[in-house]
Amino acid sequence: MESRSILETIQMIDEENLDIRTVTMGISLFDCIDSDGAKARRKIYDKITRSAQDLVKVAEQIQTEYGVPIINKRIAVTPIALIAAASGDADYVAYAQTMERAAEALGVDLIGGFSALVQKGYQSGDRKLIASIPQALAETSRVCSSVNIGSTKAGINLDAVGELGHIVKQTAAIDPVNCMSLVVFANAVEDNPFMAGAFHGVGEADRVINVGISGPGVVKRALEQVRGQSIDVVSEQIKKTAFKVTRMGQFVGTIAAQRLGVPFGIVDLSLAPTPNEGDSVAEILEEIGLDSVGAPGTTAALALLNDAVKKGGVMACEHVGGLSGAFIPVSEDAEMIRAVRAGRLGLEKLEAMTAVCSVGLDMIAIPGDTSAASISGMIADEAAIGMINNKTTAVRVIPAPGKTVGDEVEFGGLFGRAPVMPVNPSQPTALIARGGHIPAPIHSFKN
Amino acid sequence: MRAIITVIGQDHVGIIAEVATTLAQKHINIVDVSQTIMDQNFTMMLLGEWDEQVLSFTAVKQALETLGQQKQLTIRMQRESLFDAIQKV
Repeated sequence: MESRSILETIQMIDEENLDIRTVTMGISLFDCIDSDGAKARRKIYDKITRSAQDLVKVAEQIQTEYGVPIINKRIAVTPIALIAAASGDADYVAYAQTMERAAEALGVDLIGGFSALVQKGYQSGDRKLIASIPQALAETSRVCSSVNIGSTKAGINLDAVGELGHIVKQTAAIDPVNCMSLVVFANAVEDNPFMAGAFHGVGEADRVINVGISGPGVVKRALEQVRGQSIDVVSEQIKKTAFKVTRMGQFVGTIAAQRLGVPFGIVDLSLAPTPNEGDSVAEILEEIGLDSVGAPGTTAALALLNDAVKKGGVMACEHVGGLSGAFIPVSEDAEMIRAVRAGRLGLEKLEAMTAVCSVGLDMIAIPGDTSAASISGMIADEAAIGMINNKTTAVRVIPAPGKTVGDEVEFGGLFGRAPVMPVNPSQPTALIARGGHIPAPIHSFKN
Repeated sequence: MRAIITVIGQDHVGIIAEVATTLAQKHINIVDVSQTIMDQNFTMMLLGEWDEQVLSFTAVKQALETLGQQKQLTIRMQRESLFDAIQKV
């Protein structure tokens, strides 16, 4: 019995908020396609509820037996735009309602996959799905939606970028809180266990278990022990800590997959913050040596953190996937919120940060009168960063109707609260109105 | 079934006796034990072993948590393999 290891593990869980953020079951819906929409939805409900009937029970067993908190149980399904396309339905809101009913019956927290992949162009189901998003999110509470509008291989679909600016505005007009369930991606990954962007990729197995860890508090505490030492030591310390954190993800995922009789997919190494004190990515950056996140040097500190987390985590698990980096969702990180309120962190710095970490402009409230073109411009900028740097980027912004800089939007629970941030008033209207397709970059031609 | 039981709290007379008595009543064998005072806190770790067919994990865990509440101790029970998985390459 190794007392020190045992106590250290208990301390990581109890005092430093180490937990499993999510155990996500991916479920393929290809065998539910039907030309009759009602029939398809019945098959979808049956397949989801049958496949994941023990998901919550098994996660709770693991939590009891091993003392590891599992915060969320989630489901990701094949993008609905692909599944619903064969039906003649005029809109796809009913599919979101079916997903919601299945999630509710199972007791899972969130269900992702009300999604479309339009990086190269639209198939018939994509337009209907995208147009259904505002209503679908208004009529459900657990359904998450995502749209992939660009990739390194395909370039950027500027028509979709333009359309999604309006969709985000329409979603917010019904209730700004619904925007937290909608994310616009470039280079979306197919095995991401985190929401709102999780969907079950077309190349995935019929069912799979993916795990997302948390644990910024553990990294912060470890770095407190190396204050004043060289940045090389910081990097080493993060690697060692990330190893242990990720090991727990691997361990929990393996057991969950075994007990559910489903193959184990990947561990997502991302450091996911929560609004709880001591569970913040921004605090890690400040511990590395910034007096506030947003200071010059923030991007460098984040680049080091992101890379060291990957290096430590990769060795700790069999298969790494998902987004795997550091998350910087503003509303979900107490120290980020503080920095924004104090005027020390703005959209432009956040954009720079997204060039070196996963994922993008995430959980950011902006004034309600921000134009659809401005939102499209943000999406285009993030997609360009992702396309050129071969990485996933995303936009999840919340234009809060009637609110302006200084006000706040409350999301509740894990999603926190977001101070409304100023947006550059200049407009990209003519650029977005051009439409068309930004070609894939030269370095995508590797064959 | 083997599980690691950790007992942490303010030191007072009879903690080991209280925990050991509860375990003995449940027919749980203590395979290994280590105890120390850390930062003025009583800290003990036990490796317990019992037949899961006779007594469920949850039942043992609840009994220990009840004892912990009565005696103002934090008592946890976790399956052993977690610690090896996290701490060893």
